[in-house]
Amino acid sequence: MKNKKTLYDKLMDSHLVFENNSNALIYIDKHLIHEVTSPQAFEGLQIANRKPWRINANIAVPDHNVPTTERSAGIDSIEDPISKIQVQTLSENCKEFDIDEIPMNDIRQGIVHVVGPEQGITLPGMSIVCGDSHTSTHGALAALAIGIGTSEVEHVLATGCLWKSRAKNLKITVNGKLNPNVSSKDIALYIIGKIGTAGGTGYAIEFCGQTIKDLSIESRMTLCNMAIEAGARVGLVAVDDKTIEYIKNRPLAPKGDKWDKALAYWQTLHSDKDSDFDKSFEFDAKDIKPQVTWGTSPEMVCAIDENVPNPNNAKNETEKTSWENALKYTQLKANTKITDIKIDKVFIGSCSNSRIEDLRIAAEVVKDNHIADNIKLALVVPGSGLVKKQAEQEGIDKIFINAGFEWREAGCSMCLGMNDDKLSKGERCASTSNRNFEGRQGQGSFTHLVSPYTAARSAVFGKLN
Amino acid sequence: MKKFTVLTSIITPLDRANIDTDAIIPKQFLKSIKRSGFGINLFDEWRYLDYGEIGMDPSKRRLNKDFVLNKTKYKNSKILLTRENFGCGSSREHAVWALLDYGFEAVIAPSFADIFHNNCFKNGILPITQNDDVVDELFKIDNQITIDLNSQTIKTDNNTYNFEIDKENKKRLINGLDDINLTLQYKDKIKSFEKQYFQKYSWL
Repeated sequence: MKNKKTLYDKLMDSHLVFENNSNALIYIDKHLIHEVTSPQAFEGLQIANRKPWRINANIAVPDHNVPTTERSAGIDSIEDPISKIQVQTLSENCKEFDIDEIPMNDIRQGIVHVVGPEQGITLPGMSIVCGDSHTSTHGALAALAIGIGTSEVEHVLATGCLWKSRAKNLKITVNGKLNPNVSSKDIALYIIGKIGTAGGTGYAIEFCGQTIKDLSIESRMTLCNMAIEAGARVGLVAVDDKTIEYIKNRPLAPKGDKWDKALAYWQTLHSDKDSDFDKSFEFDAKDIKPQVTWGTSPEMVCAIDENVPNPNNAKNETEKTSWENALKYTQLKANTKITDIKIDKVFIGSCSNSRIEDLRIAAEVVKDNHIADNIKLALVVPGSGLVKKQAEQEGIDKIFINAGFEWREAGCSMCLGMNDDKLSKGERCASTSNRNFEGRQGQGSFTHLVSPYTAARSAVFGKLN
Repeated sequence: MKKFTVLTSIITPLDRANIDTDAIIPKQFLKSIKRSGFGINLFDEWRYLDYGEIGMDPSKRRLNKDFVLNKTKYKNSKILLTRENFGCGSSREHAVWALLDYGFEAVIAPSFADIFHNNCFKNGILPITQNDDVVDELFKIDNQITIDLNSQTIKTDNNTYNFEIDKENKKRLINGLDDINLTLQYKDKIKSFEKQYFQKYSWL
């Protein structure tokens, strides 16, 4: 084993049961479960008559399908019968296998990647998996957090472990002071624009540098959340005082003696000085302006004051074709000013940007303002019931409602539109979510990924702004 | 899991880069709690002109005749050829289930997204990575090709191309191994690891 290890190497080594050729069997501390990617895994256990390896490694919360409108009747509030069956199935599976579930009418319910850190389920140094690609979010607390498929969900349930080849180490350094109104969402989109959606494939990314150190933990979560959009397996930030401060007093954080022991260990969770990275990129914060995607992939992104690019300027034929397809789909013309693009809807939410800090920033923008006349719907969907409660205590709900926004219950909502929150054909949305793929928010709809600040401003202007 | 050894078929050419799993199987179909039946909705938004919902009869839907899967020529093809970063985005294994249910057993591309690549091996689909030049050449081929996993080759009428594959993944595909059974052979190792792990990290 190497003497000088990266944070990723340390996390892999501490969970390594053994290595078999190129494959490592790693022990899993926490397995987060939601309703969409788990039913087939539970069915697999039932068919093979298997039990979960370690019951309290697992915790479930429904988030993808849940309605964000009035839902005090719990599962019975779900109108779509197929969605209802899926949420019901999660509850039944949890009961059958004795797994803790945070049900949909529990105040702690919310998007699994918001709930984990908020409850202290996620702790530094842990290995965390979930049948959801945005599991990378938890890496902001220096946890080895990996998104997995349903077969792996079943495997983790049955064996407590996961087979993984070792990823390579990629260091992304951002230094300097951020420009006003630029957030970690802009940093993430800017980086993806530079390295591409496959730029991190095969790598574990560690985000380093003064700009990252200056970010709050919630902002680091946004950044690590988007690491998957750069193709990376994990996104990580080393432990510092902010990490410790964030964890302290979370409901499931260790207490007393256990806290002291944990703390001593957590403080070792950083890459050793001069440890080897296979690849590195450096960026300067002063070059990063508010970002907006214009196409159908997160890498099709530019600054708010730029124009939609011309496919003739693409770097090769494949990219040219992709850009042409994207412009055809999004019905945008090359060279259009981004700030001339009119929008129909605004979505503030998702595991990227639905935490209290995101809502505060957006509320500050819309305070004493109103959404433009052409905005058909502006939604705020808090990441969890507790984020919602906190916002309401601060009066943020009133600010949004007075500005013409709808204030909703927690869930994944319009990020992927598995519930009723979706775009109609031809509608254009400024969205704080993470994917602008064709049809992502509704068939034939167009998504522009932005930060909460830009989403809020765009709602007021009625155009991207 | 079905074993993968030798596969002979014509290629379905899908000439697009960065195809995401939302395109492979749109979200409305993820509400199913089953593993099967996704094939009719593979690439749903490209394949049909109308909006698809779970449970719709595909014979009553309007086909996009220009889309490659709807061309009679490719009807029985088991090999999908595409461009870089195939399967990016959501971790949904439904994407692999849809490809398999439709009849694809191998996908050839210059690169794959990580989670999708993993999901393939759990379901008996072989993802083959080839460089851009080979992929370009394969896009020109109309006749059948043969993929032999054991010798790690793709044979066309005029050429043989080698491909790389991780040893463990190869073993799993060739033998159609159930991952869980395989891992549970190491039950004792996991138990002893677990014991010392919780001693060391006693707050967990």
